[in-house]
Amino acid sequence: MVCTVRGLVKTYPAARGRRGAPATPAVRASDGIDLDVVRGEVFGLLGPNGAGKSTLVRQLTGLLRPDEGRVRVLGHDLVRHPERAARLLGYLGQDSTALDELTVSLAAETTARLRGLETRPARAARDAVIEELGLGEVAGRPLKKLSGGQRRLACVAAALVGERPLLVLDEPTSGMDPVARRAVWAAVDRRRAERGVTVVLVTHNVIEAETVLDRVAVLDRGRVIACDTPAGLKALVADEVRLELVWRTEPPLDVPEVAALRKAAEACRAAGGGSGRRWTLRLPPDDARAAIATVTGGPAFAALDDFTLATPSLEDVYLALGGRAEGADGLVKA
Amino acid sequence: MSVMPAVSGVSGTTGVPGVSGASAGLPGASGVSGMPGASGDADAGEAGDMPAPLAARARLFPALVAVYRAQLSRARVARIPLLFVATFQSIGIMILMRGVVDGGSEARSVVAGSSVLVVAFVALNLLAQYFGQLRASGGLDHYATLPVPPSAVVLGAAAAYASFTVPGTAVTAVMGSLLFQLPMANLWILLAVIPLSGAALAGLGAALGLLAPRQELATLCGQLGMSAALLLGVLPAARMPQVVSYARDLLPSTYGVEALARSFDGQPDWWAVCADLGVCAGVAVVSLAAATWAYRRAAVR
Repeated sequence: MVCTVRGLVKTYPAARGRRGAPATPAVRASDGIDLDVVRGEVFGLLGPNGAGKSTLVRQLTGLLRPDEGRVRVLGHDLVRHPERAARLLGYLGQDSTALDELTVSLAAETTARLRGLETRPARAARDAVIEELGLGEVAGRPLKKLSGGQRRLACVAAALVGERPLLVLDEPTSGMDPVARRAVWAAVDRRRAERGVTVVLVTHNVIEAETVLDRVAVLDRGRVIACDTPAGLKALVADEVRLELVWRTEPPLDVPEVAALRKAAEACRAAGGGSGRRWTLRLPPDDARAAIATVTGGPAFAALDDFTLATPSLEDVYLALGGRAEGADGLVKA
Repeated sequence: MSVMPAVSGVSGTTGVPGVSGASAGLPGASGVSGMPGASGDADAGEAGDMPAPLAARARLFPALVAVYRAQLSRARVARIPLLFVATFQSIGIMILMRGVVDGGSEARSVVAGSSVLVVAFVALNLLAQYFGQLRASGGLDHYATLPVPPSAVVLGAAAAYASFTVPGTAVTAVMGSLLFQLPMANLWILLAVIPLSGAALAGLGAALGLLAPRQELATLCGQLGMSAALLLGVLPAARMPQVVSYARDLLPSTYGVEALARSFDGQPDWWAVCADLGVCAGVAVVSLAAATWAYRRAAVR
């Protein structure tokens, strides 16, 4: 077991209102979280914005002291000894201010030095990680001058430099193009295959979660509402398919089947589905077939712009598990 | 699209979602116990875990050098224009003051005050802003998750900012000496004045930046500190009201100013210069210690 979390509670205190800023109530950002991460796996934390993902990883990395609960990483109690986290894990936060004005190569080298490497190994590690992530061309440029995706990639380089048995990465690939993404996942996979490195990953990208994660914990309002393999989670809603309809004009509601579909779509909308001329429905396969037959014939077809039929994604799982109704906006599909 | 038999037990409870009220949901936490290894007595397994060896810590001096080097490299992109501003500001003040003071001890304190003002601008003001911004944006997390002694980060940054001030301070002192026809023979004292007052002011700046609850307050404190150094350092002390001269005594930059001003004398009182520099060194130790403490406090919340 690489990382064990038991009964983690963290409440951000209420903020008093100031002029121009309304008072905010206390937020329970971690509400009794239990987790176990085993060696060598890529473990994901999935959830919409504000679900408590970053708060959780900040407690795993010793940056934030939990109000209650225990965090053990590789046999060390990080609640009692938060300073040990830096010697056990590599962390990629969401912010790059500390590195922004450095060149890519100096950012990697300095981070390696501060991770305890001597000059020569630090330079070797810097060259290796820049080569590995394909940053050679921009190595001499300051992070600030790079595009968002490249800057993120440079931060990943800084997080990966110097070996650590556990990597905690907070949205490592946000803003990256597919090439950079692939480079990151290849680098993570190599560390896992060669050294059994464990990865805890925050994401709100559903597609990415399905492809790279071994297991995923779905967070909502500071609670883990499910934890399983992506396939296992999807199996929870495997008896349904997702049907999306896009109408070009006002749909013919006088057709009773269409009216029934609209009702179903409204129910889904309440749970975060589409709106207006874009309907999202979650249906048993037979019902979906019947619905498609309805909309691809007669007056409905004349009004229909497009439809898609898909097997459920982790987003559907999230909704089915009772994730916050309006919160699905936070989950990115592309 | 096939229903997986393995999960039929679970999906029985979730048959509802999708069409009719997806928010019916599973009874929350029951899904969590499906984790491998968490079977009932996770604690027993955990107790058997041997703690993994901790990676080496970065040693103080190499880490300090790494931070210093990284900070100094920022000079090229971010600091040189500001250094010009600081230098021109000081030279401008000296030109203005030429109409007010007429040589003698007042001229010495104007030149010394303007020179040390460059140090205050960069080391106090800019460093307070830098740490304020780093703290507000979460950039401190980067350093806090590296096994580096807090003092290495603070000292490295402070040393780099103090170094930025060297060219501006030297240029201001030479220009001032020319403007007011002061002897330049003892300007080598800058070699002691810049690092010592630089350290004192940089420590103060870092502490302000790290302690200010909001970034804007850090900026404000830095600006105010610099204004104080300007008013209390450049204006001749003899003309100040009693209360203001007490405030002058409290400001660490004053002692750097005094040391430099004394060195313009034909026969400098070296003991007094050493005493002034000693105060700077003492304040530097205290303020850097305070900044290190503030860093620790800001890094783990």
